[in-house]
Amino acid sequence: MIRDITIGQYYPSGSVLHRLDPRTKILGTVIFIISLFIGDSVLSYGIATVFLALMIKVSKVPLKFIVKGLRPIVILLVFSIGINMLFTPGDAIVSFGFLTITKQGVKLALFLGIRLVYLIIGSSLMTFTTTPTALTDGLEKLFGFLKVLKVPVHEVAMMMAIALRFIPILTEELDKIMKAQAARGADFNRGSLKEKLHGLIPILVPLFVSAIRRSNDLAMAMEARCYHGGDGRTRMKPLVYQKEDGLAYGVLIFYLLIIILVRLFLR
Amino acid sequence: MSIIKIKDAIYEYFKRDENGEVMETVQAVAGVTIDIEQGEFVAILGHNGSGKSTLAKHLNAILKPTRGTIYVKEMDTREDRYLLDIRQTTGMVFQNPDNQIIGTVVEEDVAFGPENLGVPTKEIWDRVLKSLEAVNMTAYREQSPNKLSGGQKQRIAIAGVMAMEPECIVLDEPTAMLDPLGRKDVVEAITELNQKKKITIILITHNMDEVIGADKVYVMDHGKVVLKGTPREIFSDVETMKQYGLEVPAPTELAYRLKKAGLSIRTDILTKDELVEQLCQLN
Repeated sequence: MIRDITIGQYYPSGSVLHRLDPRTKILGTVIFIISLFIGDSVLSYGIATVFLALMIKVSKVPLKFIVKGLRPIVILLVFSIGINMLFTPGDAIVSFGFLTITKQGVKLALFLGIRLVYLIIGSSLMTFTTTPTALTDGLEKLFGFLKVLKVPVHEVAMMMAIALRFIPILTEELDKIMKAQAARGADFNRGSLKEKLHGLIPILVPLFVSAIRRSNDLAMAMEARCYHGGDGRTRMKPLVYQKEDGLAYGVLIFYLLIIILVRLFLR
Repeated sequence: MSIIKIKDAIYEYFKRDENGEVMETVQAVAGVTIDIEQGEFVAILGHNGSGKSTLAKHLNAILKPTRGTIYVKEMDTREDRYLLDIRQTTGMVFQNPDNQIIGTVVEEDVAFGPENLGVPTKEIWDRVLKSLEAVNMTAYREQSPNKLSGGQKQRIAIAGVMAMEPECIVLDEPTAMLDPLGRKDVVEAITELNQKKKITIILITHNMDEVIGADKVYVMDHGKVVLKGTPREIFSDVETMKQYGLEVPAPTELAYRLKKAGLSIRTDILTKDELVEQLCQLN
């Protein structure tokens, strides 16, 4: 089940988007999300659709793979669209008893649905084309200005990177523990909800114990290799903007301008 | 010139009961004096709880002695201003290969040490490529460490230490969690570093076969050094070794038993080839 979720995965296909600086992609995603909330007409959503479709094409990530990523949010989507459709006051189209579907409601629900779906697709496109390491590096650089306010930016980025590194190791460990408990007669699928939750304790306790032990070892290994925080640290792969990034920023600003102009003048 | 000088080092810790009251003081290292020369291959042997791992952690100032002194290249490990220099001089490889790899890509992990030292980008690349070459892992440069075998991970860890250009590498039971093939790879890598790059090696282990190539062996028991000498000297005394809970290499053991059974055979035999030669000389 965990393997079905494609959000946050990396999909190597060596496209131009993959080669872009992670900072460009993070800011690009933010601009795209902002544009979704600036736009409030069919035309602006049309432009956003064209833009997104273009990016997907450029990224060379198969559409099927991207759509698969939407599966976990289907319930949220149906729920929020339903609520908006049924409870927005305005001109009624159909009504069953106390439930009324209004014209305004349909429009609002539709826009909301599009926003949600595009938001997910836009941000997963970023993770599909950026390795976790590059992503944390980009975030560290982008939020670097917070260091002035004594926010431990480097430390948080390092924690994120280490967490990402240990996800597969801990998943494997979880699998091992579950098998070990199953071999002792544990059954994780039967019983009431309360019993199922109770069954989690013998899995979570050893998992936490082992995670803490690992982190202790890792901290020692990091210290032994002279780790002493972000001060005076150099990088093997420093982030440097390339020509392509300038071009990408140009495209992004152009896109944002169009969306703003549409909002201001074409309503 | 000696690179590491351990003088009367004592490390104590407190055993506490459930209320946090001190029950007793345990001396994990109880007065050890060892001099290690530059370029030597030194092995420290001992069964579980003999204090050998605790001693190892003193060599790059992860732990500091309660009493006594440890000098790494004339730098006192108790002084904080030498901390980074000491850790750069003596690199350390730990037992669990998974818990010491920090990077999500092999080359980035090897670069972690030099990055911390503030080495310029171009030189980091040089060092990473050279270190991976030295442990024969260049082909895996861009892979995720999760897909490697234990022996390969351990060689990556060694490369990560090498990239800091240390003069001495301390390996704390690097093969304990590996299969025989991985063990062989790691020991070969260590031996090569010692012979070709003249790096001082301190190998902590309880596996006798890995000790045969060492210049000097120290046997520890209850926090003290109880035996020291060349592998041949140490292993020829099979009974003393057994007394300290240690096995000797299989050929040595066989020679010892044959001798006990009345054959006139030397007991300072280390390898299979030596044993074969000795046996063929019998008539």
